Amino acid sequence: MGFLTYLINGLSLGSVYALIALGYTMVYGIAKMLNFAHGDVIMIGAYMCFMCMSNSGMPAIVSIVIAIVCCTALGMVIEKIAYKPLRKATNLAVLITAIGVSYFLQNMALMIFGSNPVSFTSVISWEGISLAGGNLKIAGNTIVTIITCILIMIALVWFVKNTKPGQAMRAVSEDRDAATLMGINVNATISLTFAIGSGLAAIAGALLCSSYPSLTPYTGSMPGIKAFTAAVFGGIGSIPGALIGGLLLGVIEILARAYISSQLADAIVFAVLIIVLLVKPTGILGKQIKEKV
Amino acid sequence: MLEVKDLIVNYGVIQALKGISFEVNEGEVIALIGANGAGKTTTLQTISGMLQPTSGSVLLEGTDITKVPGHKIVSMGLAHVPEGRRVFAGLTVLENLKMGAYTRSNKKEIEDAFERVYESFPRLKERQNQLAGTLSGGEQQMLAMGRALMSQPRIILMDEPSMGLSPIYVEEIFNIIQSISKAGTTVLLVEQNAKKALAIADRAYVLETGNIVLSGNANELMNDDSIKKAYLGE
Repeated sequence: MGFLTYLINGLSLGSVYALIALGYTMVYGIAKMLNFAHGDVIMIGAYMCFMCMSNSGMPAIVSIVIAIVCCTALGMVIEKIAYKPLRKATNLAVLITAIGVSYFLQNMALMIFGSNPVSFTSVISWEGISLAGGNLKIAGNTIVTIITCILIMIALVWFVKNTKPGQAMRAVSEDRDAATLMGINVNATISLTFAIGSGLAAIAGALLCSSYPSLTPYTGSMPGIKAFTAAVFGGIGSIPGALIGGLLLGVIEILARAYISSQLADAIVFAVLIIVLLVKPTGILGKQIKEKV
Repeated sequence: MLEVKDLIVNYGVIQALKGISFEVNEGEVIALIGANGAGKTTTLQTISGMLQPTSGSVLLEGTDITKVPGHKIVSMGLAHVPEGRRVFAGLTVLENLKMGAYTRSNKKEIEDAFERVYESFPRLKERQNQLAGTLSGGEQQMLAMGRALMSQPRIILMDEPSMGLSPIYVEEIFNIIQSISKAGTTVLLVEQNAKKALAIADRAYVLETGNIVLSGNANELMNDDSIKKAYLGE
């Protein structure tokens, strides 16, 4: 039963990674940049949720909605102020700016919330279920996290495939200029992508801190890097890739922590990434289309 | 239909267009010919709003579109088939065509457009579920043209549609351009294949390093000695 418990916990952690990875992968796919500030948006989302719930006593669902709205707006503002002026700049300039934004968000949080960890109250009050005569307990957090992640993933795939803005996203990710010639507003599409990614980051923040309740201004950075790893692992730019990468990473991390060494768990996670990239540089579901000329 | 006035376009310190003016009347096929680097592509990109001119103006059916952002120009009735085709390689043929109708919302009109495009390009229908990146060059060119026609433009700009294609496809592409014109769409064609372009055009402009050096009736230009020497290889 131990193994099954670890596996389920791994899937739960992996679901959070997948949600965060979505933000990385969508922004990379559409704006062709790595938004390293994405992890810190998660932290802001978690603080927002914490403030609403613990400080103002709002119900969990209202708090999450407020956090989503704030992070969506934050994502769009970051894009507009920091990244949009660099649309024609080199990748390196954009990357450095993203790292700058990341530090800016962390330090802003330090100023406002201080460096002491706050104890996040879980947004999920459900105790969970007990199976196999009490031998296998699955926490409510875990179940809700996994289900939320799957629902969001389905909704997102549907959105990209079947709606007009989703169509625009695919076109922009393929070829920006050609998309403009089709009548697609590229700037608006990129802004929408940041909005969606950041909104999902708020959900990820609330779910992450519900399972791992110690919240500091640095809470977002490690999960951010791991989710980035998950996105690369699954094939950056691919939405199903983010799901697969996230889940695999979560499971590997938890199993490594349980069976090998809790100190080495992170090292093992990144070692697996290196191996995957050596064998398949585009990641598991990475696109490799050969174009005829 | 389309009027370009004193257009000057700079890339940094380099002046790509040095104040060109020309007009395209409704129903015409106009060829813009010239060597590499003459400014042909720059001209088309400035018309469709991909580039901002330093000065000068572009009028579409009397409306000044010089400052209109690129994505808003399609719905004004102007489509642009870019150089190098630029199909969405990771999308299917069908999805590419749907993208061409992005600005349209009337389902009936979109269906009609599909019908018309499939009629002109039966091969696209055969391959509608294939990824665009796996098509041959000629098929990709057809797709790029079909995609532009999906917006049901009144004027279509085409940038080097015959580039890199086998002679059979070149023939076919020029036939298609003629039938697009016959169906009532005005055509502004940029070509390095001056012979073919002059053969189907009504009038033509010759561009040399950012200036229009010659213009006139396509038949006359075809018999012009300097044109023969420089562009027709005779």
